[in-house]
Parts: sequence; C-alpha cells; structure tokens
Amino acid sequence: MTIHEPLTELPASPTKPGTPASGGGLAIRGLHKVLGGRTIIDNLDLSVKEGELVSLLGPSGCGKTTTLRMIAGFLEPDSGSIEVEGQEVSHLGAENRPSAMVFQNYALWPHMTVAKNVGFPLKLRKMSKAEIKDRVEAVLELVSLLHHRDSKPARISGGEQQRVALARALVQEPKLLLLDEPLSNLDAKLRVKVREDIRKIQQELGITTVIVTHDQEEAMSMSDRIAVMNAGRIEQYSTPEALYARPETEFVATFIGSMNRIEGSLNNGLIATGPDILGIRPEDVILADAPFAGAVPATVERVVPRGHFQEVYVRRADAQLRSFVSGEPMRPGQQLYAGIRKAMTFRDGRLVAEAGASL
Amino acid sequence: MAVTTASRTRRPLTLGSIVRGAVVGLFVVLMVVFILGPLLWLGVRAFAGNWTFPNLLPDDWTLRWWQVVVNDGALGIAVQNSLFFAPLTVLVSAIICLPAAYAFARFDFPGRRFFLISLFATNAFPKMGLFVTLAALFYALNLMNTVLGILVVHVLGTVVFMTWIPAAAFAAVPRNLEEAARDAGASTLRVFASVTLPMALPGIIVAAVMSFLASFDEAQGTYLVGAPAFMTMPTQMYSLVLNYPTQVAAVFSILLAIPSVALMLAAHKHILGGQLAEGFQIK
Repeated sequence: MTIHEPLTELPASPTKPGTPASGGGLAIRGLHKVLGGRTIIDNLDLSVKEGELVSLLGPSGCGKTTTLRMIAGFLEPDSGSIEVEGQEVSHLGAENRPSAMVFQNYALWPHMTVAKNVGFPLKLRKMSKAEIKDRVEAVLELVSLLHHRDSKPARISGGEQQRVALARALVQEPKLLLLDEPLSNLDAKLRVKVREDIRKIQQELGITTVIVTHDQEEAMSMSDRIAVMNAGRIEQYSTPEALYARPETEFVATFIGSMNRIEGSLNNGLIATGPDILGIRPEDVILADAPFAGAVPATVERVVPRGHFQEVYVRRADAQLRSFVSGEPMRPGQQLYAGIRKAMTFRDGRLVAEAGASL
Repeated sequence: MAVTTASRTRRPLTLGSIVRGAVVGLFVVLMVVFILGPLLWLGVRAFAGNWTFPNLLPDDWTLRWWQVVVNDGALGIAVQNSLFFAPLTVLVSAIICLPAAYAFARFDFPGRRFFLISLFATNAFPKMGLFVTLAALFYALNLMNTVLGILVVHVLGTVVFMTWIPAAAFAAVPRNLEEAARDAGASTLRVFASVTLPMALPGIIVAAVMSFLASFDEAQGTYLVGAPAFMTMPTQMYSLVLNYPTQVAAVFSILLAIPSVALMLAAHKHILGGQLAEGFQIK
C-alpha cells in the first residue's frame, strides 16, 4: 500500500466561462464596470444554458450583486454585452428586459394586496381583468399562497412575502429569473424549505435562473453550476461537486467548504515546511486509535460538537489539523493516530497539484 | 399633589419620585391653565350675555352674538374668502412644490443643499418686514388688492411645509420598491403614479393640512396686500376685536377653529391608518 502517490499535474480547466450558450439562456461577454474609480466588475464572461440555475457566489463586495443589477438593467455596464435568448439587452432599460427579479428584501409594495402586487406586471401589459385574475390565482396556487390573496404584505410572514415576490416575478413568464440573496432574510429552518421550493418550481417551469448568494451551502444545494466570484472576476465556474472536489484556486478551496490551510508541502504523509500552501479538507484527516499506514501519533486538543459530527482539533508533530469525525465522542488529551488522505497544493493562489494517499 | 399621594401607595417615597410627581403635576396644571382654560373661556364667552366680575359663570346666556355674526354680510364674505383662498393656496403650492420636493429627494444636483436651506428664508425674517417690502414690489406690479397678490403671499407661507415634508416622504420610499415596479415593466411616470406617490401620500397629506391651516390663519400679509378689498376670516378678526363686543370675537374664533379642527381630525385618521403606521419593515 502506497501512502503517498506522486504529485499529478492537473490538466487545464475544462469549463471555460463565456462560451456562447447554444440557443437560449444568458450570455455575458466582456462585462466591465468601474464605480467611484474602483473596478467592480473586471471583464467578466458568463454563460448560462437555457433552463439552468446558476449561482453567483462570493463574499460581500465581490461584485456579484453589481453583476445581477447589470443583468436586470438597473445599472449600466461600462462595456460588454448581455444577451438573453440571443437578444442583446444591454441597451434596454429594466422595464423592457425579458428578465424578472426577486429582490433581497422582496420589495413588495406595502399599499397593495398580495394579489395586486402579483397582478401589477400583468396590469402594465394591458391584460383584461379576468385574465389577470386567472393568472394571479394560478401563480399564487403554485407558491401555495392563494389564501393570502387579499392580505397586505405587512400582514404575512417573511417566508410568505418571499413567495409573493417569487410569484410576482414568475407571473411575468420571464426568459430569465434573477434572485438577489433570496433566502438571507429567512431563519435557518425556513431557508432550507424555501430553497427547495425555489429549486422545484424552477425545474418545473424550466426557467433560466441566476441567483446571487454569499452562502455556499445555499449555492451548492440549488445550483446546476456555480460561479465563484472574487474581486470582480469569476474564480471558477463549475458544478457544485467539481468546485468542492477540484477547486482551481486557493480562494475557491477556502470559500467552498472547510479547509486546513498550512504553509508547506506533503512528503510521505508528513508536512514539511515550504513556500507552497497545502489545503486539506477536514474529512481527509483520518483519525484512528491504532497506527495505520501514513499515520503519525497525535493528541486531541479541542472537540467542538456539531450535531451529527464532531469537529476535532488534533496536534501532530508537524502541524495542527482539524478533522470531522462521527461516532464515539472524543475528549481533549486523547492520544491517537492521524493520517492525511488527500491534500491540494497551491502555488501563487492556483492549484498546482493534488496528492492522494490510498489509506 | 394627587400624583405624589398615589405613588406612595405603590412604592417607597423617594426624593426622585416626589420631584418627578411634582414636575408632572406642574405640567398638567400649566396645560390646563394656558391651553384648556382659554378655550373653555372662549366657549363660555360666545354664549354669554352679561358677565360681571366675581361670578364664575355668566349672569345670563344668549345666542345673540351668533346672530350678529351670521347676519353680518362682511363676516359672511370673510368666511367665503377664506374658504376660497385656503384650498386654492394648497393646490397652487402643491403644483409648484411637489415636483421640487421630488427633485430634492431623488436627484443630487449642484446647490441642492443651498436651495433646500434657503426655503427657510421666508421664515427667517420678521414677517411684517418681509410683507412691507413685498407690498412695495406689488405696487409696482399692480398686484395690490388682487387675488393673485394674496395668493402669492399665502403660497409663500406654505413653501417650506410643501417642500420639506414631501421631500422627506419621497426620500423615505425605498428605491428598490421603485426598481421592482420598473422591473415589472412600468415606465418612469407609471412608477411614480403607482408606487412613489401612494407611498409618500401620508407625508403629502400632512403637508397639505399644514399648508391649509397656514393659509387659513394668515393675517398680516393678507391684511397688507388685500384689505379692504379682500377680507379673510383672520383679517376680519382684527376689525371685530376693535369694533364689536368681545363676545362676537369669541364666536368668530370658534368659527375660525372649526375647519382647522375638522381637518386635523380627518388627517389624523388617515395618517395613523396609513401604511407608514403599519410598521412594515423595509431595510
């Protein structure tokens, strides 16, 4: 059994953002925006296939909301093109774009009832009263809010307000649905339910969707693909699984999931000092009572119960490591063996090698 | 004193609670003496015949003074004039000031702060001084004793209310509610009519009520520019106080107060019942 496999050079990233979407969907090319002398969006390319749900994920200030507002038409890009279903929209105002947006705080009009809120876009389209009524009821049915048809937004709960905002966007039958931090104002339990509702409705209607979020769990659980943004650029654009398993940059590796970040390199299962950055997922730190190949003695320093698993900090001779383990509760001071199953090596912020040890 | 006695039954008497009780008591007494008292006196006075000194109530009661007011043609015309000028002032003021208020709230133009502050100019100087210079100007422009001249004086007095309060109301409408309407497909004008205006309406109503009252109570400028051709209720009060028994002035004061009180009550209901009072949370 080999403990340490030779470092393997990674091939170039297979997903290239900005390749034009075939037929429908959204295609952004060379989007650039400078605000107050600061480059907010730096030559950004992004393509979303028809019916796909894509998340723009990143820390606050990374430009994800700015990008969304430019797609929606509230902000004019300095340069670049935005195409929705093959139609160039960047010269159009928000009112003439085929997209509909759900705002972070829902932006329901407080002086109108739920039905009036949802019916307003249809009223603007000069539909007959009867048709508006039918469509509003159909979409309220879809988000299961028909019973709140005549309530004012202030009288219903946050989760319900969120669904009204979604209904108001869906009733427009947009070619592109935009959601700005749709779950950030909901409590944790509701968040899980609403994100599943949104995903279900999105898949049922097959509507091309872009979601802005800073919550990686939210992005991972809902998206077909995720564009991780940092400082106005897309760091990586791939499926949730690929983002976690093969982060292309140190930023992505740190932002998605947890990671032990250690300066050095891996040599025969041991960490040696060096100029590179090692990234080790906590679940790749294996703990056992008995020695095993690649393992070295370690001491438990701290245990943080996390419900169905424990976060365990262990001290080895070469480094402190964090591990996620389930099973028997551990206690500080406990002596055991810790081995590293897999590690990523980053140089200048980019992934250069992946080392795996079959344990 | 009643306040301190009551507090003794609930908790031990401390110096703090005595002082607090005394302050509250004093405040109540002052309110009664200086606000309720004169109103009460006014109400009684309007129905009083003879009222000799030591008596707490009038010697006899009469409706004579009401007849004097109702039958006096000049007073009737004053009421008419007031009811003509006040709504017209509100309308003209709204037409002029509301667009300005919206601009102050939504656009950042050069000199914005300067213009906003300078609106106070009419209120910063002694009113009479302003009106005297205004009168000089009006003579030159042939605006003395004209409807237009009085209207200008009245509108001037309402500019601050009609600009500042609606500007604050417009500014308080969250931008993303307007953006949501645009996103739904509404034109700029439609966004204003369907979202901005209805949401700012409580503030605009307050401004309109205050402007109405300001115009209704305006006396100095109206007297200077309009008398004797146009007498409104407040300017008529001056001659009443001088030429009639005090009871007539009392009757007239009550008449003058009726529209104000009615308006305040109506507006109060609207404002407190509006969406601003619903505590709708918007970040």
